[in-house]
Parts: sequence; structure tokens; C-alpha cells
Amino acid sequence: MRVRALETILTEKGYVDPAALDLLIETYEKKVGPRNGARVVARAWTDPAYRERLLKEATSAIGELGYAGRQGEHIIAIENTPQRHNMVVCTLCSCYPWPVLGLPPVWYKSAPYRSRAVSDPRGVLKDFGVELPKETDIRVWDSTSELRYLVLPMRPEGTEGWSEEQLAELVTRDSMIGTGLPKRPQDLAT
Amino acid sequence: MNGAQDMGGMHGFGPVQPEKNEPVFHGEWEKRAFALTLAMAMPGQWNLDMCRAAREGIPPPQYLRKTYYDIWFTALEKMMLERGLVTPDDVAAGHAVTPPLPDRKVLKPADVAQVLYRGGPTIRDTNSKPLFAVGDRVRAKNINPATHTRLPRYVRGHAGTIERLLGNHVFPDSNATGAGEDPHWLYTVTFNARELWGPQGDPSVSVSVDAWEPYLEKA
Repeated sequence: MRVRALETILTEKGYVDPAALDLLIETYEKKVGPRNGARVVARAWTDPAYRERLLKEATSAIGELGYAGRQGEHIIAIENTPQRHNMVVCTLCSCYPWPVLGLPPVWYKSAPYRSRAVSDPRGVLKDFGVELPKETDIRVWDSTSELRYLVLPMRPEGTEGWSEEQLAELVTRDSMIGTGLPKRPQDLAT
Repeated sequence: MNGAQDMGGMHGFGPVQPEKNEPVFHGEWEKRAFALTLAMAMPGQWNLDMCRAAREGIPPPQYLRKTYYDIWFTALEKMMLERGLVTPDDVAAGHAVTPPLPDRKVLKPADVAQVLYRGGPTIRDTNSKPLFAVGDRVRAKNINPATHTRLPRYVRGHAGTIERLLGNHVFPDSNATGAGEDPHWLYTVTFNARELWGPQGDPSVSVSVDAWEPYLEKA
């Protein structure tokens, strides 16, 4: 495989330290992922002051929970409402808020999603099994700059009194991209 | 560049196919290609816009056939060969047979966490006043640079509304060519789907892009 051959060359030339490569991989395989974003969303659902900070200054609000850095240097959080559903895409490449969602799934970087999210978002939602009420407008955010977008989904009904940890279990990766909705209490396996 | 990367509005790619319980990486080579791409930015001395330009430069028939990490890896190889970090002789031998370029920084394990946490903010302090205000009607210019740009084809020539001012940010069109950061005001510009797609547009849909001031004119 040419990747291995190239790594050999680069290591022999002293450009890369394989231990640093291992650490990069481990970081995004084990540590940074959509559970981070789920914590942010659950906090916003339970703490109105935090929600306000998140919608106003998402980068620093997310930083409060310790999530920051590469591909999340400038984050904007956008709120779903009964009137408006938000969906995030990067038509030009694969821009995605790494510190809160980890690395993007294959479909997010794929031609079907990148081509249709901006022209047929309702059709794309159908691919994900999601159908929104007709009266809900759809707002698509094409990530063409270094701003990264995180969708704040609506808190599911029937979760009054739930703790932040319980609520985080309902927050799916796709609900923070806008191609899905959070789980409902009855969706959780008992 | 009007390359295969600029996909917004294209037809014919079929449905989106999410994978159930998708792993972060599909196989060992993806892990290494990912990590090499991140780690080589330091000795390679290139910026993110240069990387994107290299990926977009892959001819469309090849770009569309490749998986995403293959696109990254192909661009990485190209950048290293162009800059002499790796030579064709090294590649042919599968080993380093030519000396490395001098004075290159290397990403050390002890620095990984800090480098990732710091990231690469693109906002810059400048004294420039924004040309546009929230609510202004603007038109995305009809430009077709053969070099890197972040103004997608599907908005060019169309009128939208300034929704947010995002500060002064590094201008990719300049940064990608090595001509410097040349920061400009960045705006969120929102377009109705009818404006973008005509009768095929769903009027309940609106789409925004982040656009630098040089991409925009008064509508």
C-alpha cells in the first residue's frame, strides 16, 4: 500500500514521528466525538443561561466544557424551532466541527449529500427517514469559511425533570448536523 | 477553481447512504493517511487553503472516483513532490534515498494535544470598516478563478441578504496561492431557494454561504 511506503519515507527523512501519528489517530478515534456535542446540547437544554451563551458566543460556551481547537476555532450554534429546521453541509469539501462532533462520517463528505443538501434538503431528510411538517422552513448552512456550525435540536417532549446525563443519551450526531432528530424517550432501549 | 469539489446542486449521485454504526476510520490506511496529512503541515509549511487547492486540483474524473481520504492522500503526495520534500526516486525506492530538506519542524508526540487545542484561528484584527450591514441586499459576483476560491458556483450571480457579520478572516483565494492572508470582512449571506434554483426551488428553503467581501457587490 502506498500510504505505508510514504510513511516509511517520511519517517526515514525525519519529517514525521510515528508516535505523534499514533496519538493523532487515538485522539479522534477514542477521545473526540459526538458525545462532546451531546453534552453541549444537554447542557443547553437544562441551563437557560448556558443556552443563551451558546447561541450568542458558541466558541467560548463550548470551550467552557473543555472542547476547542482544530476545526472548531470559530463555532456558531443554530437553534431548531417548530418554525425552522437547520441543516449543515460543506458543498466544497468536508468542513465539520471536529471538537464537538469528531471526524465527519463518510456520507457527510460524499457527493450525494454535498450535491443535494443545498438544492433538495427535504429529499435528503427523507434519505435519513426524517419528514418535517410542511410548515417548518428549512435553513441550510453551507460551511464555506472557517466558521463551523452546530445545530441545537429541540428538546424532546416527555423529558421534563431529566438530568443532563439522561438528556445527552437522546442527542444523536445527526441531530446536531440537522439530518436527524434527537431520540425520544420511548426510543431508548430499556 | 470550477472543479469536481464544487458539487452544490449537481444531479445524478443518487441517495445519501448513511452507514449503520460507522467506525471513525475504515481500515488502517485511512488512519495513517489522516494522521500524515495533519502531521505534515508542520514540515510541509503549507496552509489549509493550499491543501484544499491541491485536493481540488485533482482532475474531476479521478476526484469523483476517490474516497475522501484518498483525495487527501493524493493531494498530500502531490504537495510533497512539488516542494521536493519527497522525490520521485524516494517513491520509486519505497525508502528515503535523497536527503531531507533542511530546517523543517516536526510534530512531536508531546506537542500533539497542544497543537490540536490551539488549532488555526482565521479571524484577524484589522481597521477596515465593513462595506455591508445586516439586512443589506447583495449579489454574489460572477467570478470564475482557475485558482482556489470558496464562492460556490451555485450562488454566483444570485442575490441574497446579509444575515451576519463574522469579522475579518484570512482570505482563502489569496492564502492558497502563497500571496498572504489578506484578511477581509466575512458575512453570512442567505439566499432563497427560488432565487438559486428557479422553479425547481422549494420556497420554504433558504441556503446560506459564508462569503468574503470581495465575493459580493450591492444588489
